[in-house]
Amino acid sequence: MSKTASAPGTAKISTFVLLTVLIVLALSIVALGMAANAFLTGQEIVAGYLAVIGAIAMTLSVYVLIQSRRHVANIKIANPAMMTTIECRKCGFKNVREFQRGDYVFKELESCQKCLDTKMMITAIYKEIKEKEKQYPF
Amino acid sequence: MPTVLGEDGEILNTLAVLPALENELFQLPTGDTISQILSMLFYVVFIVFLFYGQRIQMYVMIREVEGSLYKLKYIRDEGRKTAIETIKEIGKTQTDPSARVDRYLEYFTISPQSMDPAGIVYKLDHILDVRDTRLKDEVKLMAPAVDEVQTNNLENTLEAAMALNYIYKVVRHYYIQGKKTLSLYTIMQLQMILPLVMKEAEAYANALKAFAYGQPIGDGAGPLLAAKLMHGYEVRKVPKDCVVATVPIEGRTALVIKAEGPGGNVGKPGDAVKAVIDENNGQIASVIMIDAGLKLEGEGVGEVAEGIGAAIGGPGVDQFKIEESISQYHIPINAVIVKEDIGDAVSPMRKEISDAIDKAIERVKSVILERTKEGDKVIIVGVGNTIGIGQ
Repeated sequence: MSKTASAPGTAKISTFVLLTVLIVLALSIVALGMAANAFLTGQEIVAGYLAVIGAIAMTLSVYVLIQSRRHVANIKIANPAMMTTIECRKCGFKNVREFQRGDYVFKELESCQKCLDTKMMITAIYKEIKEKEKQYPF
Repeated sequence: MPTVLGEDGEILNTLAVLPALENELFQLPTGDTISQILSMLFYVVFIVFLFYGQRIQMYVMIREVEGSLYKLKYIRDEGRKTAIETIKEIGKTQTDPSARVDRYLEYFTISPQSMDPAGIVYKLDHILDVRDTRLKDEVKLMAPAVDEVQTNNLENTLEAAMALNYIYKVVRHYYIQGKKTLSLYTIMQLQMILPLVMKEAEAYANALKAFAYGQPIGDGAGPLLAAKLMHGYEVRKVPKDCVVATVPIEGRTALVIKAEGPGGNVGKPGDAVKAVIDENNGQIASVIMIDAGLKLEGEGVGEVAEGIGAAIGGPGVDQFKIEESISQYHIPINAVIVKEDIGDAVSPMRKEISDAIDKAIERVKSVILERTKEGDKVIIVGVGNTIGIGQ
């Protein structure tokens, strides 16, 4: 039951930045339109210049817009699944279940399902991390 | 009909002017014009960066810090919420503990004056004792019905929330100071250490749940090893908040010490080791300390290493006391550490660490075999927070 909680993304963005981004976006669209026009009239070099300028301006403005709205979107407080290992010291019967409040290592629990006369005991409590760490050549 | 004035003052019809204007505005520029615009742009960018480059760089850094500060604020608020919910749930209080929790989060401790450092360890020890008692009393006031184990767990939960509150406030302080003074160097220093600060804050956030539920944490590697050794043997209490058991290992007598569990507690191993050494009139062949040790990047979690010295963190009081006790009787001291990073140390125990305990026990046994003779007495100290680990 691995759970994560995420912070609400803040929609806070300054008016000045928003206005600048929108102007650049509008100009980039105009540049791309002019590039198309130039290409149709046979001015390939001009069309190339305008297309590059338009594409760069559009990419930058969209990037800034997305970044400004993604302040806190990805913060995660992991609440990983905790497992409790229960063992019978006599017959070696082992059971792994989810952690329950009140569990602690070496706590005695109910009698063993196999031997019946021995009490089971918590021998380990741990979390398992499945994601692999990035490998480096050194 | 809308009208405009022409150059010579004659009134022009707007509709007639529009096509001409359109031609002027949207006329395709030639290659030369484009080159001129690009050169102009280049000069403008060059001049802007020449004079305002540092300021632009600072604004970028401020934005980065701002983003992290939002995260820290969220983590801090979650920590406070978790602490309050846990107190309500465990303590079953009728009154709202929020105000008292807020007061708790702002507690501070003033370390003793060090102009004349002689005797400072015992002054610091006293201050830490007073702090511990005060915080425990506060927890009992918030949740009077809880037992000793739950009091310790609640205290640990509140301390994690307190750490998050402090981290947030310090980062916010430097952020506002940097913005107020527009000092690149203040902001730059803050931005440079932020990844480490965020890592620590996220670790504390993960620790909150572990403390609230009483789950073992990575720092519990030492107590877990000691508990595995002493389990099944008679255990008695030693000062302060520690337990000791006499365990036969490899023909030697091991006096195994750990903090008393399963509540969140680190005890005072310094006092415990001193008490056990004094009880045995210094007739101890070796002291072996086991603790969680910070790993370097590239090292694996749960690796076991061995060395010399008092393996114990914290403010240094216990390390000082242990070193003082062993020096008095010339007792050799060995250390075994289980490697993990700061995030693992304060968050719920990873399987790799839990599995490493058996390897660490083997290492302790080999140290005993190699460094002591049959019939000797050795002290084995499992150092760390024993939350979620009995004995």
